[in-house]
Amino acid sequence: MTRYIIRRLLAAIPTLLAMLTMVFVLVRLVPGDAAMAMLGDQASEVSLAALRAKLGLDQPIGVQYLAFLRDMLGGNFGVSMSSGRPVLEEVARVLPYTLELTASAILIGAIFGLPLGMVAALRRNAWPDYLSRILSLTGLSFPGFVSGILMLLAFAVYLRWFPVMSTASDNFVDHIRNLALPALNLGLIMTAYITRVTRSSMLNVLGEDYIRTARAKGVPPRRLILRHGLRNALIPVVTVVGLYFGTLIGNSVLVEMVFTRPGLGKLILGALQARDYTLLQGLMVIFASFVILVNILTDLIYAVVDPRVSYS
Amino acid sequence: MTALLDIRGLTTEFRVNGHWHAAIQDVNLSLAANETLAVVGESGSGKSVTALSALRLLPQAGARIARGEILFEGRDLAKLSQRQMAKVRGDEIAMIFQEPMTSLNPTMTVGDQIAEVLMIHRGMSHGAALKEARDLLDEVRVPDPGRRITEYPHQFSGGMRQRAMIAIALACRPKVLLADEPTTALDVTVQHQVLTLLDDLKRERGMGVIFITHNLGVVAQIADRVAVMYAGEIVETADCTRLFANPAHPYTEALLRAMPRVDRRADTLEPIPGSVPSITARPAGCHFAPRCGYVRPECGHHPALGPISGAGGSDHQARCILRAKAEEAAWTV
Repeated sequence: MTRYIIRRLLAAIPTLLAMLTMVFVLVRLVPGDAAMAMLGDQASEVSLAALRAKLGLDQPIGVQYLAFLRDMLGGNFGVSMSSGRPVLEEVARVLPYTLELTASAILIGAIFGLPLGMVAALRRNAWPDYLSRILSLTGLSFPGFVSGILMLLAFAVYLRWFPVMSTASDNFVDHIRNLALPALNLGLIMTAYITRVTRSSMLNVLGEDYIRTARAKGVPPRRLILRHGLRNALIPVVTVVGLYFGTLIGNSVLVEMVFTRPGLGKLILGALQARDYTLLQGLMVIFASFVILVNILTDLIYAVVDPRVSYS
Repeated sequence: MTALLDIRGLTTEFRVNGHWHAAIQDVNLSLAANETLAVVGESGSGKSVTALSALRLLPQAGARIARGEILFEGRDLAKLSQRQMAKVRGDEIAMIFQEPMTSLNPTMTVGDQIAEVLMIHRGMSHGAALKEARDLLDEVRVPDPGRRITEYPHQFSGGMRQRAMIAIALACRPKVLLADEPTTALDVTVQHQVLTLLDDLKRERGMGVIFITHNLGVVAQIADRVAVMYAGEIVETADCTRLFANPAHPYTEALLRAMPRVDRRADTLEPIPGSVPSITARPAGCHFAPRCGYVRPECGHHPALGPISGAGGSDHQARCILRAKAEEAAWTV
């Protein structure tokens, strides 16, 4: 197991380097450069040259690249051009909100999606199956921001159960009330995904020879479904949740805008509008690192769920 | 000889394109304690369906037992609920399957899979059941059982997995074992070891074994009695030695001629022309008639399974009008 973990971590290094290189190239492909963006297009050549020298932009590209790698790997993301605060500080301030939102979405997805998918598979081509298929198709076809606005209208504007605008609050109950709608919005999309994968994976597993063996052993129905069925059906579900994590953070950007919730989404949008290159660059690197990290975690969960993985 | 398991007039139907078709028809089998009954036939002859029907393991949608009784110690298993049936399975009647590579749960240790049966049927604690699982693995001659119970199926070879399957099946000391081609997927030396093991265990425990196979060599090695199946019906049944010496049904004859033997040249092997008809396209008369070398106009009538002429005192029966005793040459239409 330890060897497996080390192997997975080592395998992430090339991915990380490729990602950093791509960010480096992307930032330099944008028309104009950081100095121009900071000083505006009315700036004199002299002041531009001075700033370029200060930022190291006059150095050969190779030297810039190495300096960039050194900074990024050392966690030195520079200072936001718009706020003047360190990028890392800016991100650290809002990251908990986004993480909290995505984690609740995955939790909601698992709590509703797994049982729904299982029931659909067990009652295949009967009404529970049709119901869950319609629900998951609806959940998948609705863009997150559209269902978000509808939920806001229904539960915040008309029913007034939840606040329209999420504001930071130290009060736990208020905090949950602020989180509820955006989390439910993303969570329902997640539920739709998990329901679908669980259903098809469960159907596959129920047709396996070892399920017949378990029945021939006299395993009672509940244990048959949970221990022999679900445990094996979970393997593809873990994959999908892991793969979807990146998309989920992307979706949370939109959802944060709809619910005016602090988070990475707001930060990214602000950075784009202000052409804050350093902040954008730092956000890209942090965001991508997260996706890589989640992939490693997915691989580790794999090894826990499926004993065959860590040996091959 | 009192029967331990007595299958009477069993007919199992499958739903194909909205219509019910009989996969097996009017199957009669009886099994005594300490007896090995081999059920032989080509693929599609209904051997596995018979065994799966007996344990009520067929899918609940698309398959049904239409007629017949499955009498086990006086109880008709065909009438039990699935819940009552679960109590019989793995405890009094156990089954092992053809594919050892896919028949074990990949996410459970072999020890836990054996222990599970004991925990369900004997109410043992996990610890006690694991200890028993270790002894069972030892009994089926898996080396180093103490370490092996902690391993997963993918760490076992095919032969070792089949031994683990046998350990699972035998854990609760069942009275009847249904073995559905348990050695087909194994190579010949391993096959021989597993057969010997099964035979030893049967003797030690006085189990009745129904052994399903298409391999007549295996039949000769282990069976006391043989039932030959063709297109969903039993076409011949006799003592093992008698069947090999005096096959009565043309299909049995053809099967024996198609079997490779060390004492004959390989070029004298005769394949049976044609193939087993599908369950939706069985001929109205004798099911074997289209492939039979002795076919006559009377074969358009469906023959009944009955004693053959010259059977002497033995219980040798065949489903063929040519071999039936003159006075019993009745056929069903």
